[in-house]
Parts: sequence; C-alpha cells; structure tokens
Amino acid sequence: MKAAVVIFPGSNCDHDVLHVLRNVLQVPTTPVWHRERLPSGIDLVVLPGGFSFGDYLRCGAIAHQSEVMADVKQHAERGGLVLGICNGFQILTESRLLPGALTRNVHRRFECRDVWLKREGESAFSRAVPEVLRVPIAHSDGRYQIDAEGLAKLQTEGRIAFRYCDPRGNVVTEANPNGAMVNIAGIYGGPRKNVLGMMPHPERLAESALGGEDGRSIFEAVLRAA
Amino acid sequence: MKATVIVRLKREVLDPQGDAVRRALGTMGFTGVGGVRIGKIVEIELAAGDRAALQEKLAKMADELLANPVIEDYEIVLGS
Repeated sequence: MKAAVVIFPGSNCDHDVLHVLRNVLQVPTTPVWHRERLPSGIDLVVLPGGFSFGDYLRCGAIAHQSEVMADVKQHAERGGLVLGICNGFQILTESRLLPGALTRNVHRRFECRDVWLKREGESAFSRAVPEVLRVPIAHSDGRYQIDAEGLAKLQTEGRIAFRYCDPRGNVVTEANPNGAMVNIAGIYGGPRKNVLGMMPHPERLAESALGGEDGRSIFEAVLRAA
Repeated sequence: MKATVIVRLKREVLDPQGDAVRRALGTMGFTGVGGVRIGKIVEIELAAGDRAALQEKLAKMADELLANPVIEDYEIVLGS
C-alpha cells in the first residue's frame, strides 16, 4: 500500500493527512505538488482540504485544471482509489470525477464542529467504518446539490457514502449542517466506487489523543482494500 | 478585443449570498426589493480575430473553467 497526498497552493490539511497515513497507519506516503506527475505504484491518492488557489472563481475550480489532475483522473478511471476531503471533494466535483456540486451553506456560516455521519453505500472505503461515526466539519461551501436524475442514480447505485445524522444515526433535517440535499455528506464515484468525496475531515479525528478515532476507520478500510 | 463572460447561478440554485443582500437592502429601508441574485462578470482581453472563432474559444473557456454547468449558466458578450 502506497499513498500520495496532492498539495495545491492553499491546501492546509495536507500535513494532517500525511501525518495520519505515515505516523498513525504506517503507510508510505508521498506529497505531490500540483505541478508534478503522480508517481507510479500509488494505490491511494488523497486530495486534502484547504482553500486551493484561494477558492478563486469557485471552490476547486482552478485546482481541477492543474497538471497533476490529469494523472488523478486516469488513476480514478482505472479503478484506483481517490479520497477527496472537503476542498478535495469540491475539486472532484469540479473535475466531474464526482457528480453534482458543492454550493454555499444555506445559512451562510462557516461551520466548524463535530457532526455525526451515517454510513450508507458499501465500498472499499467503508469496510472498517462503524455505522454511525463522529467526524469534524469545517467549511462554508458544503451544501451538496445535484439534479433529480443524478440523485436517483446515486441512490439506486448505492453511491451515497455518508449522510449527516443525529448521534443515534437518525438522518434528520436538524442534523444537516449546511442544507445539503438529503443530508449528503459524501458520495462515491468511479467505475467501482473507488472515488470518495466527503465534506467532513476524517484525518482530524484519527487518534485518541485528539479526542476520537472514528475518522481513522476510513483510512483503515482503504488499507484492507489495497 | 474585450470580451465579457457573465456567469449566473441557475434559477433553481439557491443563492444565500443574494438572499443576504436582499435582507440588508430591506434593513436599509429600500422597499419593494423582491429578490437579489449575485453572479460574476469576467472581463477578458483577447487578441483580435475572427468573431466566430473567438466566440467558440470563449465558450470553451466558460465550459471548462469560468462556469460550472452543474450550477451556473453563462452569457458571452464579444466587444468591438
């Protein structure tokens, strides 16, 4: 198992992901600057959170045109694992590796707090993940939107990865932090659900010293899959 | 040659920013403001050329970067 973390100008969760993969899970992990090629032999590519290119134009819009993304697309289309967290999720929708779009939170606030997620569709990312987990969010533009046809496709193909829920796992409106359609917090794409985009930050709650370990389960699931 | 690309959120996409401005206008005492939608204007300086070719080039720019067709529409205004 080898991983790469792509760094864009303005990424700010890159080192958190590098730390979790390298030091918590002992996965050999290479940072890759956005103007570089993806090294060969990589199993998992992570697009980290942050404000790539200052969120200019639209969140993720400029990053999706960077040189490295051609390799990331090829990796994803071949069935390689790609995890986009927060801004990484926005980059994945901008690059059409995932359907839909992430728009401004309905209440216009930056939301920075722990939320509860219900695991939905099964994939390589979900095998070690508890049914209900606590993971932090930190975003202004996390309101997932998709047209009715696209939503139906996500639902029938089991491509909804996580939905915001209450601590008991009930998917209710009050648990939705941003107004996302049907409480969507993360979705799968790619030929075999090998691409996961999610607004919450699993890398921020991956060690007991930081107050919780639920986030680690997503990385552990990938370790088992590779 | 100057070209302008106007990018608007699609009508069915909620615009929280526009809504905040609409409320602020109300607070300021402006009456009769039914709705506010906020978009973007992108002004581009282009080397002069065949108008049809420029139009096509601008549409490609808009499709691939300036607008996100999932949530936005755009309009191209080619200057003289």
